[in-house]
Amino acid sequence: MQRAMAELGIAPSQTAVISGIGCSSRMPYYMNTYGMHTIHGRGLAIATGLKVARPDLTVWNVTGDGDCLAIGGNHFIHAMRRNIDLNIILFNNKIYGLTKGQYSPTSDRGLVTKSSPWGTVEDPFCPAELCIGARGTFFARAIDGDIKNSIVAMKAAVGHKGASVVEMLCNCVIFADGIHKLVTDPAVRADKTILLEDGKPMIYGKNRDKGLVLDGWNIKSVTLGENGITEKDLLVHDAKMADPILHLKLAMMGYSPYGYAGATDELPIALGVIRNVEGISYDEAVAGQIEEVKGKKKARTLRELLLSGDTWEVK
Amino acid sequence: MENPKIIEASEVVVRFSGDSGDGMQLAGTIFSTVAAILGNEISTFPDYPAEMRAPRGSLGGVSSFQVHVGKKVYTPGDQCDVLVAMNPAALKQNVKFLKKGGVLIYDEDTFVQSELAKAKFATLDPFTEMGIADKYQLVGVPVTESTKASLADTGMDAKSVARCRNIFALGFVFWLFNRPLKKAEEFLTSKFAKKPEILQANLKVITDGYNYGANTHASVSTYRVETRKAEPGIYCDVKGNAATAYGLVAAAENAGIRLFLGSYPITPATDILHELSKLKFLDVITVQAEDEVSGICTAIGAAFGGALGVTSTSGPGIALKSEAIGLAVMAELPLVVIDVMRGGPSTGLPTKTEQTDLMQCIYGRNGESPCVVMAASTPVDCFNAAYNASKIALEHNTPVILLTDAFLGNGSSSLRIPEPDSLPPIKPAIATADMADSYEPYARDPETFVRLKAIPGTEGLMHRVGGLEKDEHGAISTNPEVHQKMVRNRQAKIDSIANVIPELEVMGDADADTIVIGWGGTFGHISAAVENLRAEGVKLAQAHFEYIVPLPTNTSEVLRKYKNILCCELNNGQFAAYLRSKVEGISIKEFNEVKGQPFQIRDIEEAIISVVKG
Repeated sequence: MQRAMAELGIAPSQTAVISGIGCSSRMPYYMNTYGMHTIHGRGLAIATGLKVARPDLTVWNVTGDGDCLAIGGNHFIHAMRRNIDLNIILFNNKIYGLTKGQYSPTSDRGLVTKSSPWGTVEDPFCPAELCIGARGTFFARAIDGDIKNSIVAMKAAVGHKGASVVEMLCNCVIFADGIHKLVTDPAVRADKTILLEDGKPMIYGKNRDKGLVLDGWNIKSVTLGENGITEKDLLVHDAKMADPILHLKLAMMGYSPYGYAGATDELPIALGVIRNVEGISYDEAVAGQIEEVKGKKKARTLRELLLSGDTWEVK
Repeated sequence: MENPKIIEASEVVVRFSGDSGDGMQLAGTIFSTVAAILGNEISTFPDYPAEMRAPRGSLGGVSSFQVHVGKKVYTPGDQCDVLVAMNPAALKQNVKFLKKGGVLIYDEDTFVQSELAKAKFATLDPFTEMGIADKYQLVGVPVTESTKASLADTGMDAKSVARCRNIFALGFVFWLFNRPLKKAEEFLTSKFAKKPEILQANLKVITDGYNYGANTHASVSTYRVETRKAEPGIYCDVKGNAATAYGLVAAAENAGIRLFLGSYPITPATDILHELSKLKFLDVITVQAEDEVSGICTAIGAAFGGALGVTSTSGPGIALKSEAIGLAVMAELPLVVIDVMRGGPSTGLPTKTEQTDLMQCIYGRNGESPCVVMAASTPVDCFNAAYNASKIALEHNTPVILLTDAFLGNGSSSLRIPEPDSLPPIKPAIATADMADSYEPYARDPETFVRLKAIPGTEGLMHRVGGLEKDEHGAISTNPEVHQKMVRNRQAKIDSIANVIPELEVMGDADADTIVIGWGGTFGHISAAVENLRAEGVKLAQAHFEYIVPLPTNTSEVLRKYKNILCCELNNGQFAAYLRSKVEGISIKEFNEVKGQPFQIRDIEEAIISVVKG
């Protein structure tokens, strides 16, 4: 994050990092910026107030799957809906680490934890699905060990006007070690993930010989060279497409247990900037409306306002 | 036409009542506004049902608006001199408020079988049925038919015509009180500026209502109300919630910073959100948050960013905001939390008034979590209280909870518009860039224990604050001695605010051995009761608390002087219990009521008498 900001030339004094509670939320202490380590689930609400009052600042919210999607779920969906210009780093380790290992709203059904000794009996949220479902305009996904692509995603988030979510797939070495290893293990990563880049065809695989195509409503994995398939037949990523349907399908690849038609385990998990759509950001709209209303009303002080209304004088 | 039988009165109380859809609040507001313009003091009390739109004409759907006008007015009055009842249900619900011998004006066109049945009258003669035929001056006015006749040529539909009935009745009341129609016409003209048809209709019916009185009711006594010479200045009429909003704006202007309100709509506090949302051209930012928690958290974020952060709510909202208030205590950020109290617990009586949130606001947080708690005493005092709450928050970097209530928030009176520079200056306690070498986020002033806040964007002062305990350098600490010290420092900061607030003022007789005390919105009722009894020769002192945490420095000294201390409050004795815990060795008697209604002055008088007699 510090590197992303340095590369973008944003001074630490113009930056505020707001976090809630959870392992992720210690982040402000590692940053030489303005910071506030708040209360559980409320980081986004506090960041919203800060950004609206101070649109000149670059405001980050660092959060986790419990902080953001359980106790802070309401603030999350409304931050998406309002499209407030915040950069949200969502560390998803699918577990509650700080309270020593309970399942989280992103834990897979059946996960055995201290609070689910016989496995959970509930389905998880997929952060991307919640983000896009709540009208989110920016969603990126990265693996926490992959610094290069994490920085690319964070820089894109800062560049995006509006609420930007970067989901970091991360490990809790104590309570959920290897939670994402099916996709993050270097041995299989190239075949289990695809890095989406705007304007580029969707190619992946250790040998760069696999690609994605649309088959009816579904995304399908194909092998280049088989059945006459060439690069030209592949989907080209368009992160700026306003229609969220394809972004949602891409973001949900690999999440087959949740019953989405077309999503199968054969599909790779999407990484990179999946959605990056322009919209009106809330802080700009608030500031814009204030300027607009100033054009309509003459009073600039409370006294001028009150004197322009119904008054009477006692002499 | 001048009426020959005019009663000169120093004060008079009028109660407008009708169905919720009859526009009683508007009629009452116009009447009270005009009274204020003419130099009367005013106090109003809107009393409306929580269930918006109970069946038309039913007892549950009755809405009323009481206004007290006169030379010296403290409260909306216990009972009214004139009652306007737009239908039988309104009569049934409100006749208990009418003084014996008072004037009852009713719309005789609605006193028909179907309407009487809806109001659960058994007979067609409700006056005899209630045994009131001889007790009052009954003035039947054919309001409905007269309004129809008045607007017959306008081509308006029946529904729109029916909506003008309140203004016809108001015209009649204007005649009754010798009020010039011109002022009401000005009010209507500004209110309906964008609806010329409705404006013309209302201007016509108010004139016709006035003339109806002048032409046909020469036998009814009419009133002329005395005015009082107020402090010279320019005045406007405001409701308490608007006064609160204006006080916040004035504070932000004086401090030279942005005003930010984060709020979730809740009765009876929502008008503060409404008022401030209108004032965007004064650089006011309002965020209608997704919930109460977000309301306060956005305000905390804005305060961290250097704005005057404010959140407004009522009791249930305070419960939801408690954890975040604790964060502002711990992070030592300026924050104003306004609680417009209503009947509780739980959802309780949302539209009614109570003082039952006091203990919640003083103590309702986890940990040792002190913050300033203060209370406004009249609708107009909401302005000063909001201003002072903001001043303390910004100068001491602490949350301040300001208690008002439904009675104050909805009631109106005349605000003297402050001259520029007449308000005390506000100097936020902030660090500046030239302190970059030495800045420590939790270093304190040795006298006031105030820490300086650094505002994001300032070069060289980057730091972290938050809910975890920290040492003076801002580093997280679980060291037992550090925690003990920080707990004491935070408490000392609040305690030292006693040095900058006014001392408790004692009113009344210097040689009294009984003092009547209260806090917040009961000021008018307690003052009226004390003055009435003093006029009868009872020796009494009175003190009213605006600051509760911390208490004024002379509190103990004042209270110990009296043989009897009577504390009157609209709860089960919360302030009395708090005082006992803070002032050793005093004995406090209590007069408590929890009915969702303001006190009745005569009830306070009785309570005082029983204490005085011992």
